Amino acid sequence: MPFNITKDEVLETVRMLQTENLDIRTITMGINIMDCRAGNAEETGQNIYSKIIQHAARLVKVGDDIEKEYGIPIINKRISVTPIAVIADRFTSNELVVIGQYLDKAAADVGVNYIGGFSALVHKGFNRGDSALIEAIPETLTVTSRVCSSVNVATTRAGINMDAVCQMGEIIKKTSELTGDRDGIGCAKLVVFCNAVEDNPFMAGAFHGIGEPECTLNIGVSGPGVILSAVRNHPDISLGHLANIIKNTAFKITRTGEMVGRIASQRLNVPFGIVDLSLAPTPAIGDSVADILESMGLARVGAHGSTAALAMLNDAIKKGGAMASSYVGGLSGAFIPVSEDQGMINAVVAGALTIDKLEAMTCVCSVGLDMIAIPGDTPAETISAIIADEAAIGMINRKTTAVRLIPAPGKKVGDWVEFGGLLGRAPVMRVNENSPSQFIRRKGRIPAPIHSLNN
Amino acid sequence: MGEEGKKIIITVLGHDRVGIIAAISACLAEKRINILDINQTILQGFFTMVMVCDISARTIEIADLREILNQKGQELELQITVQHEDIFRYMHRI
Repeated sequence: MPFNITKDEVLETVRMLQTENLDIRTITMGINIMDCRAGNAEETGQNIYSKIIQHAARLVKVGDDIEKEYGIPIINKRISVTPIAVIADRFTSNELVVIGQYLDKAAADVGVNYIGGFSALVHKGFNRGDSALIEAIPETLTVTSRVCSSVNVATTRAGINMDAVCQMGEIIKKTSELTGDRDGIGCAKLVVFCNAVEDNPFMAGAFHGIGEPECTLNIGVSGPGVILSAVRNHPDISLGHLANIIKNTAFKITRTGEMVGRIASQRLNVPFGIVDLSLAPTPAIGDSVADILESMGLARVGAHGSTAALAMLNDAIKKGGAMASSYVGGLSGAFIPVSEDQGMINAVVAGALTIDKLEAMTCVCSVGLDMIAIPGDTPAETISAIIADEAAIGMINRKTTAVRLIPAPGKKVGDWVEFGGLLGRAPVMRVNENSPSQFIRRKGRIPAPIHSLNN
Repeated sequence: MGEEGKKIIITVLGHDRVGIIAAISACLAEKRINILDINQTILQGFFTMVMVCDISARTIEIADLREILNQKGQELELQITVQHEDIFRYMHRI
């Protein structure tokens, strides 16, 4: 087959890679560990460790080889496992910490920076394993460095488990206190979900769902910088036309993920799962979703109009990406974390972006309130109430929502938390100080919503 | 698709000067990389070249070639990239 790509097309691709930060954000290998359960935690942990080593030993090498050969940066290689709570029945929370440490060791030994799946799905209620796992989260996230945890507290079909919502406020507080010497970094590895997806490759919320095969590869692509430059090049066109440009660009970004996914899957002999076509910002300048929204014509993200701009961006990315890959899944959309996006940070510092506006934006974006630092003295009930609000948005709108808050110990509004690396830094944001505690302490379940009479 | 994976695309961007193509093609010849096509333009002194090369007889890994050409690029004050052809196919054709 002759090479029939035009010079302009070649140069466009080169520009995306060289100057616009196009990259594969993550190759995440999902591994089923349901067969690893043994009579005690030590043995179970060893089984999980061996299984991870057996499947993922070549993951990092293959990722690095593809990066070198094809000249596409592959930023992270990661692992997700079956939610540990599924195999946790009759284990104590101390025993689950031991299993968490085996996960951490496995991640370190295969060379991945994060491993997801210290997770429980409790949207309808707890079994004993779920309760023990949730109890074990604060200590596990303190004694490990690579383990990520998530808890699904609500779904559109089951409603919201307010017992779990109430408890997660306390768990988040405890996690931040235990990792207080590091600005509460444990909370950066803990996500509370509504409508969690089973094939998400992005941390901290990745786990290998129980509907997934034995082992699978999910790819997270990114490229806010590429979309940003496409939008900046068209300052005067109408929004319909702009949506088309974003679609075309998202298509090209996603194709790169599709290619890497196929090559990696072939080399590792593991079935290709999905491409998650999310715009995941990083602290790097220009790799920002906030900058895209601002280049669409907002003086600052957070201004009125931000929700509409984000809705269009999110939808156009999905439309372009869906065409580009045979299997699209995961979270797919635009992420709006604060600490990982320099544009978001600038808007918060300028007073333009509040937690309330971020909440509104989560109604139309891919996930939720992500990587937001709040004052260390925020009551657990207030954190639970923020979770409840996000879960309600997800439940009613049939979408995934999530909360990843860091109540930074000893910090007040205007102070900074510093995590470094991909997690970035964030200004501590104000939360509404009126107490929701009586509402939260009622507990129980918020019933599943009706699916007709949609208004 | 029998030839898939056997070609690389080299792009060169920068200010025009004597000997750019000579320097790069000497590098490639030494590593037994065959040039199939060169598309070069100069616009207001700015040099742009896209080169399609056959690497089936190469004596070097692509990553190492990229490193060598990067160094060459620094010497000549040019931006040189080396990419596998597949990425262009995937991105621009279905």
